[in-house]
Amino acid sequence: MSPLRVFIADDEAPARERLRELLADIAGELPNEVTGEAQNGLEAIERLPPSGARVLLLDIQMPGMGGLEVARHLAGLATGPAVVFVTAHDRHAVEAFELNALDYLMKPVRAERLAAALRKAAAAGPPPKQQLAHAARQPREYLSVVERNRIVLVPVREIVFLRAELKYVTLRTRGAEHLIEEPLVALETEFAERFVRVHRNCLVARAAVRGFERAAGGEEDPHWNVVLEGIAERLPVSRRQWAAVRALVRDA
Amino acid sequence: MSIKQNFSADALPDFRNLGVIARVLLAVNAFAFAAALVAEPAWGAALDRFLRAAALIEPILLATLVALYALSPLLARLAYWQGCAAVLALALALSGSVHVAMVPADNEPAALLRSLALAAVTVASLLAYLRLLTKAYSPALAEARLQALQSRIRPHFLFNSLNAVMSLVRRDPRRAERALEDLADLFRVLMQDSRSFVRLADEIALLERYAAIEQLRLGERLAITWELEGAPRDALLPPMVLQPLLENAVYHGIEPGTGTGTVVVHIERRGARVLARIENPYFEEHARRAGNRMAQANIRERLQLFFDAEARLGSRVAGGRYLVEVEIPYRPAEA
Repeated sequence: MSPLRVFIADDEAPARERLRELLADIAGELPNEVTGEAQNGLEAIERLPPSGARVLLLDIQMPGMGGLEVARHLAGLATGPAVVFVTAHDRHAVEAFELNALDYLMKPVRAERLAAALRKAAAAGPPPKQQLAHAARQPREYLSVVERNRIVLVPVREIVFLRAELKYVTLRTRGAEHLIEEPLVALETEFAERFVRVHRNCLVARAAVRGFERAAGGEEDPHWNVVLEGIAERLPVSRRQWAAVRALVRDA
Repeated sequence: MSIKQNFSADALPDFRNLGVIARVLLAVNAFAFAAALVAEPAWGAALDRFLRAAALIEPILLATLVALYALSPLLARLAYWQGCAAVLALALALSGSVHVAMVPADNEPAALLRSLALAAVTVASLLAYLRLLTKAYSPALAEARLQALQSRIRPHFLFNSLNAVMSLVRRDPRRAERALEDLADLFRVLMQDSRSFVRLADEIALLERYAAIEQLRLGERLAITWELEGAPRDALLPPMVLQPLLENAVYHGIEPGTGTGTVVVHIERRGARVLARIENPYFEEHARRAGNRMAQANIRERLQLFFDAEARLGSRVAGGRYLVEVEIPYRPAEA
């Protein structure tokens, strides 16, 4: 049997060190090799895919990007890793893991528990996206697109609008456009604080709304277009959303 | 200083205390007025009824208060529940006599019974209210509050530190040993009596032990600048006032960052005041999410219990740094 390929992500060097020691301790009963390490969430996203790791030991409290969000982006990979979360003390996170059947270990980790968790995770495979999303308590800070086994992150605060088109959602920043495979309704719920629905198929960033112009051709629906900062394209506001959207701008 | 006093269970209120007398007067009249309002929907009629009732109530009330004033020392010798019974008996006797004296004799006994029942309910409610009031202001409660406010180290810190020490056990047993000693010292202070002052020198030593553990865990991500030249090491302050602030600085200012961050600890004496300032890099996103008001509110309340209005705790954001400042009166320890 080939050794289990494990990746370690933790922001504290001693914590990574300790996991390595424990992995060496259990190598007899569970052959394993550490294929990479990361000391923050963004590093994990960058380094994990090329490492070929099958299991990720993932600290949940890390600078840059927390463990849960890391796991959500990695879940987009065609062959993502199984994930075992590691936490020192986070009651809320532990409750969420229990509730959503996600594997976790408490620090300081014991060798037997580590072996059991690795075995279980390797057998189960990557955690389902749905469960990860349910366990998250905060909206993500990035949306991600997978391009040839590489994860491209787009900061949510840079997104100007999100528009549903057939199977995909187009994500537009000032400089770029990406296609993501997430339902618009779910995005609307997750980022309700940041985006407002202007049309059945479109969410725009509240902060990017500059004003409205009357649409050409006056008679038929839609009557108004929203003017967005940094983008020439005008997006129609549906009659249904008009009152809510206008009120929002007036309040600002 | 000590706010420790004998903790006696329940005690009758002091019937010679102006506050108690005023509260009883107000409460009984408010009660009577409310009853009148319930009985008569119109304001005029209600006022009229209240005045008529007052003619009977006030004499009873005043007689009872005078009697309690006079008998207060005797009542104080009884056990609490006996005292309550005595007060109740006294009030009932006086109500009964005043009622009989003032209401025409042809009145039915049911009216007397009603008066007595009302008096009993009123006395019982007032005693219960005064009991709660006494409890709320008792020194025992202040002490309990102080104990509860005794700052607690974040479990996050404890378990991560234990984890870090474990990673040292095999590679560097000496360092692991020192780290455990530091942890032990920290917890000894944490579990100490929270009611007495400590010397600033001891609090600084504690800060250094704490910093050593964090350094072990965070390595080069944490840089601490100590500015302690002007610190009056003999100054007295409540225990664990500065450590939680330093812990906050690391938790909110260093852990959310991927690079190296600097925490500054500055303590100095300015005339009759001691000023401590702790500053750390400010992460707006993190601050918005986490909110570190808990520890600060806790320390502020403790400072207030120790120094009343003489201490100050404030925080502000300036130039991407978060600053928290504590100011207390300078009280040197006797050498």
